[in-house]
Amino acid sequence: MIWNEEYETMPREALEAIQLKRLQHVVERVYATVEPYRKKMQQAGVRPEDIKRLDDLRRLPFTTKDDLRDNYPFGLFTVPLERVVRVHASSGTTGKPTVVGYTKRDIDTWAELMARTLACAGVHRGDVVHNAYGYGLFTGGLGFHYGAERLGATVIPISGGNTKRQIMIMKDFGSTVLTCTPSYALNIADVMKQEGIDPSDLKIRVGVFGAEPWSENMREEIERKLGIDAIDIYGLSEIIGPGVSVECIEQKRGLHIFEDHFIPEIINPETGEVLPPGETGELVFTTLTKEAFPVIRYRTRDITRLITEPCTCGRTLYRMEKIKGRTDDMLIIRGVNVFPSQIEHVLMSIEEVEPHYQIIIDKEGALDVMEVQVEVSEEIFSDEIKVLERLAKRIEQELKETLAVSCRVKLVEPRSIQRSEGKAKRVIDKRKS
Amino acid sequence: MKVEQISIFLENKSGRLAEVTGLLAKNNINIRALSLADTSDFGILRLIVNDTEKAKAVLKEQGFTVGKTEVVAIEVPDRPGGLAGILKTLGEKGINVEYMYAFVQSSGEHAIIIFRFDDIDSAIDALQSAGVRILRGEELYKI
Repeated sequence: MIWNEEYETMPREALEAIQLKRLQHVVERVYATVEPYRKKMQQAGVRPEDIKRLDDLRRLPFTTKDDLRDNYPFGLFTVPLERVVRVHASSGTTGKPTVVGYTKRDIDTWAELMARTLACAGVHRGDVVHNAYGYGLFTGGLGFHYGAERLGATVIPISGGNTKRQIMIMKDFGSTVLTCTPSYALNIADVMKQEGIDPSDLKIRVGVFGAEPWSENMREEIERKLGIDAIDIYGLSEIIGPGVSVECIEQKRGLHIFEDHFIPEIINPETGEVLPPGETGELVFTTLTKEAFPVIRYRTRDITRLITEPCTCGRTLYRMEKIKGRTDDMLIIRGVNVFPSQIEHVLMSIEEVEPHYQIIIDKEGALDVMEVQVEVSEEIFSDEIKVLERLAKRIEQELKETLAVSCRVKLVEPRSIQRSEGKAKRVIDKRKS
Repeated sequence: MKVEQISIFLENKSGRLAEVTGLLAKNNINIRALSLADTSDFGILRLIVNDTEKAKAVLKEQGFTVGKTEVVAIEVPDRPGGLAGILKTLGEKGINVEYMYAFVQSSGEHAIIIFRFDDIDSAIDALQSAGVRILRGEELYKI
């Protein structure tokens, strides 16, 4: 179901006209009310009236997480605190958290976007939404909560933790929708198995999963183990929280961005240059309707590409591909951007290879060299040298085709790649020492 | 007619070979024949032992990647030209040798050669029709 037919299926031209009007308005507002924005624009020599076309967006300076930190906690709010009815904050793994604020109208906008999100994922009035996202400073819990209520579903505000109890409640209350992180969904599946509970005893039909990157393989695993449709949702507190983009249940291919509220751009993370449609780079968002905490060209550090082809679901909104990685993970090898996730993808596509790998980058003279170490499992092992050498060559070739940069593949013994807490250290960059 | 051989994946790191042989010694497993093939990065250690299944189990337990293959062991007179004749026979029948290794029996009268063939059954037929003595597994494990 499409929650807001008018905006979600609007012809592109009309949508872009609305975007421009809203962009001009938000730029004027931040220029007038937020000193750090005004200063940055003055330094860049651009004034609000210079925004005449959507393309002029690229003349505006970027906003980064550092800007948010420098103006901690409320320095980038455009309204006095009396008008802010709620704050959320992202977990600051390094230093202070990032604080965001909402006016009454922002909360309303957010509920609308989350209702759209849930509808896009196939949720409807009458569904019982088991909301296991954390409630609190994190935007996940309350974001989903308000959206599900707006949609007319029944919300179970269970939050995280105590998985056995969660499963009991899902079963007893007849929950039809599960909302949580993808890793928690897998955890639920595992506990169900331990407890001898058959997923088909539950009524869960669809899961809306986000707040962390997850692969297609993980989707397949969740869908298989829980017998549901698993939908990817994207959002970050700096933009609004969940409700920025979501896959449609019809396609599960690319996340529709609510472009009447957010303008996406894809940039080269090195140069800041805007990339042509379809190219992969860093995702940047400008919020168009937020009141308390609008952001201009916020660098998400997430890597993806935009899909501009129309979707069969009827929405005219552009899609973004599932997040490929973080700019923080990006490696630059001889000038080419390489993501560990691309390497993982290639290894997984070569059927026999277990994706236990490590990337070692070093310099030979002035040249970057990349070595990919792949563990030899019993499935790929052979007593013949030539078979193993052929395999290493094949991985090298496929990596070269995908990455557009050559690397050396070294076969190593199982478990020779260091693992910590089940999570392997994937990259060793010896250039940085 | 076929002999079981185990193979072990080894990185080229000092001490790895000693670890394998030490592990086998500790578990009272005797090595009958051995060969090591290597590249600059890794090696494949091939062994014929008196207890294949046990050797495989203890090595796997220690995290080694272990494989099992069937090979052919033949007896060759320990004199010049002993091997050449056999290889000539195989060549004429179009049988490919993937790899081979040899050792001399303590009696000194015969050498034993281990062959790994692509097509083991045709290889055995060819060897038999040429009158070559093929050792049974048990004979070899017990040496």
